[in-house]
Amino acid sequence: MLTVVALIFIVALLSPWIYKLFKEKSGWVLALLPFGSFLYLASWLPHIAAGNVVQQSTTWVSMALFEVNLAFYLDGLSLMFGMIITGIGTFIVLYGSGYLAGDAYLPRFYCAILLFMGSMLGVVLADNLISIFVFWELTSFTSFILIGFTHEQENSRKAALQALLVTGIGGLALVAGLVLMGFASGHWEVSALLNEGDIVRNHPYYLAILILVLAGAFTKSAQFPFSFWLPGAMAAPTPVSAYLHSATMVKAGVYLLARLNPVLGSTEIWLILVGGFGLLTLLVSAWLSLSFTDMKQILAYSTVMALGTMIMLIGLGTEMAMKALAVYILSHAMYKGALFMVAGAVDHEAGTRDVLKLGGLRTLMPISFAAAALAAISMAGIPPLYGFIAKELVYEAALEAPLWPVLVITLAVIANIAIVAASAIVVIRPFLGAKVETPKKAHEAPLSMWIGPLSLAVLSVLFGVLPFLIDTSLMVPVASSVYGVPMDFYLSLWHGINLPLILSLVTLAGGILVYRIWDGLRESAPMKVYQTGFAMGPIRGYNGLVNGLLGLAGWQTRTIQNGLMSNYLVTILITLLVAVGYTFLTRSGIVWNPGFENMLIQEWALSIAIITALGIMLAFGHSRLTMVIGAGVVGFALALIYLMHGAADLAMTQVLVETLTVILVVLVLIHVPKLKELRSTTSKIRDGVIAVAAGALMTLLILAVTAAPFDAFISEFYAEASYPLAHGRNIVNVILVDFRALDTMGEVVVVAIAGLAVYALIKMKRFGSPPDTNTGGRTSSGAASKQGGS
Amino acid sequence: MDTILPIIAGAIFATGIYLLLRRSLILTIIGIILISNSVNLALFSLGRISTENPPLIKAGSLEPLAPFANPLPQALILTAIVIGFGLLAFALALAYRSYRELGTVDQDELLEDAEDTSAAIVPRNDFKNGGGA
Amino acid sequence: MMKSLILHTATRLMIGVLVLFSLFLFFRGHDEPGGGFIGGLVGAGAFTLYAIAFGTEATRKVLRIHPITLISVGLLSLVVSGLIPMFVAEPFLTGKWLFIEWGAIDTKLSTPLLFDIGVYLCVVGFIVTVIFSLEEEG
Repeated sequence: MLTVVALIFIVALLSPWIYKLFKEKSGWVLALLPFGSFLYLASWLPHIAAGNVVQQSTTWVSMALFEVNLAFYLDGLSLMFGMIITGIGTFIVLYGSGYLAGDAYLPRFYCAILLFMGSMLGVVLADNLISIFVFWELTSFTSFILIGFTHEQENSRKAALQALLVTGIGGLALVAGLVLMGFASGHWEVSALLNEGDIVRNHPYYLAILILVLAGAFTKSAQFPFSFWLPGAMAAPTPVSAYLHSATMVKAGVYLLARLNPVLGSTEIWLILVGGFGLLTLLVSAWLSLSFTDMKQILAYSTVMALGTMIMLIGLGTEMAMKALAVYILSHAMYKGALFMVAGAVDHEAGTRDVLKLGGLRTLMPISFAAAALAAISMAGIPPLYGFIAKELVYEAALEAPLWPVLVITLAVIANIAIVAASAIVVIRPFLGAKVETPKKAHEAPLSMWIGPLSLAVLSVLFGVLPFLIDTSLMVPVASSVYGVPMDFYLSLWHGINLPLILSLVTLAGGILVYRIWDGLRESAPMKVYQTGFAMGPIRGYNGLVNGLLGLAGWQTRTIQNGLMSNYLVTILITLLVAVGYTFLTRSGIVWNPGFENMLIQEWALSIAIITALGIMLAFGHSRLTMVIGAGVVGFALALIYLMHGAADLAMTQVLVETLTVILVVLVLIHVPKLKELRSTTSKIRDGVIAVAAGALMTLLILAVTAAPFDAFISEFYAEASYPLAHGRNIVNVILVDFRALDTMGEVVVVAIAGLAVYALIKMKRFGSPPDTNTGGRTSSGAASKQGGS
Repeated sequence: MDTILPIIAGAIFATGIYLLLRRSLILTIIGIILISNSVNLALFSLGRISTENPPLIKAGSLEPLAPFANPLPQALILTAIVIGFGLLAFALALAYRSYRELGTVDQDELLEDAEDTSAAIVPRNDFKNGGGA
Repeated sequence: MMKSLILHTATRLMIGVLVLFSLFLFFRGHDEPGGGFIGGLVGAGAFTLYAIAFGTEATRKVLRIHPITLISVGLLSLVVSGLIPMFVAEPFLTGKWLFIEWGAIDTKLSTPLLFDIGVYLCVVGFIVTVIFSLEEEG
């Protein structure tokens, strides 16, 4: 499995060259990759159906606290998700090659979509909590690139940012939750956690873990009130929205909760939070879908509704709910993928996705029509399609809800009525009725664009009519792994006349009725208020939050970063003095045992020279030459001190550097005019106090440290090893080039970078600012204006 | 010499800090030179000062003849001196460049000039009204 | 560039001596005071002196190599000296030695020597870059 995921990433990175090699055929070539992965995963079907799981592991990061393994875990749930990701992914790559044909960024699309596919596959196959999170973040990141694909448009950029921020913040919560869970249970592998649910559920961190994980899952899976990013992300090109929203990105949250259900689920708080949010989301978004006329927006909200349904089913946690979940996820991925791709094809061929501006496309685009019709029938839950079985199971699960079953089933029916109407809208309006003049002359989409939707629609029929094809082989393992206990069931279209069937008929009738009054309903005042409140409200809240944060950041930056260097310096220095001084005084205390008696005459002379030089520098601060000479005197005096205490190398280096320093400073001084010190006496006193305090602290620190006993272990090791091990008799040099060569290397690199930086600073052309505005007046020399044009 | 070196290091440090806080960037840079020197001297003292014999091994023997000066701080300081020089060169070039761009080497005036040209912090358009369907 | 006869004459005489001296300091560095840093500083000092006396144009001609190339070659030597031991499965920057006996004088070639060459070149390149940049502004 590692090979598959790694291969997808590698091919993704190579895709620009593959594109160069195969040009417009590259879509078909690249589609082989997800198709091959699909076949690989499918080959495990018999193994998984027999009730086995597959585990593969490679150690990635090993730390004292925990290990991060690139471990993969394949059971029913991850297998189904993996097959959806790669199966629909195959169609999406093909579809993208047609939809974006001629687009200059097509290679970028291939690269990003494959990266995304690899990340998504990683999420569902990974076994380790940390690697799940890493892949999870990769999906956020790659979906940012995909949603913002048409980055020239501000709208796309905003939508991409919105999705990134919402899912990114959720991701932060998720990682906290996962880490807490790992520490609480002591297990970092999901496969191990699955058997340790009791430990996690009874742990004092349980509530925190639950809320953090839910925050991650709800933001990713667009649960109300975080649902707004998903319809916003429709700004992406259709192949992207079709993939992200039918099969992958938004299902990541569903997957995670389904995966963790045996660990975190079946508690009361789980039922209330997960079930409650799911129910709220499905109800709110189902009706929101009716307030739009853009096919993609309608589908987007119906997707949110579907996600709500899945989350609700996970929340319910009963055996029936798990059965329903398994079937619903698959049926939704098939019909929603098909519908999104058809919507994009309509947009591509007719020039608009607004259902009010479309009509009668059935003769012009017959294949797309067939695919859309079948998919929409499945979405509406009409037999004999797979969607019907899914909806029947959802109703049965709702009727068996452990809490308030009547409320749950009522809300579910009300929501599904809206979805029936939405299904009707997206297929009847564009394809049936009288022909409408469209912005582009419509004709059937190319093969690459209809093969996907048609295949998915046909599969919906096939699985609906012959559900036994996949029930024991896939649905049973899926439901079992979510439920945590093996189960056994068979699916069929006909259950006899029972309550769910009657409810289905009610739903259908209600849906048809709503469809008939849709035009009026859409324009009605309550619908407008509803749309404003539930669709725009969260967006406004989000905007307020983001703008508020930016305002706060701006205010804080203006306050702290006021741009006056002396303020920064004073702040830093005072912080340093207080922090070091406090620690020093409390931990060590002042040590003062002066010992001047052994000093030689030349030492006295040097000390006096240094102090005198410093005094002259302070007294004649206005003369820059004095400064340079003063600094030079100090430097050379230090060289002599080094020499007197057995540091010949140091002394030589110091002398040479001091010489070069003087040359450099003088070279710059030639160009730069003199500046009078203009600071007020108050600030001079302030600076003086800081300086004296800093100097005193320095002295006291050294005295205190040198009074402590000295451990010469390392130095002695170097001295003893220098010749026998490193064949050098100058220990200092041996340390530099052998024992501590890595440090030296870092230091030399710094010096090299400094050299390049100086070169760039001096040789670089002027910045954009106008050349002559700043050079007049206050400068005495003409140097600045002379340099102006360089 | 045990006591005088810490005092000298402190004195150089204090002078350096005082110069660092002057308005002229040139004085600031000279302050930086003094601070580096002072810290090097401090490091030297912390390695203990005992003898004038450098840490060299005489030809024919395997180990240096005790007593010898501590080689470790010497190695540290040697690179520190060179790096300090690199920093100095960079700071000088920066001061020179900012003078050429802004016509001043006055710390306080840099602020005004920077505000004139570009440094104002404005949020990018994309982040304002962080998105919208 | 300074127009002083004494400086010009002295520099012409000195440059060769200084460069030789810097190489001398460099090569004895492993056993006596000296080494890449010190040798490099002396070498850079030689070219700085030349640049002050005759200007950067003339110095570039004497140096022949662009100072940034010196930095690059220096960094390359550092990395190569680190990579060599990895070919014999030892950690990065492990010192490897090769003793060649010529009879009278023995030569020792080693990765620390290559490393020190890198230090030398970087130091020379760095200082000459800085000096040239600033000088050419005059």
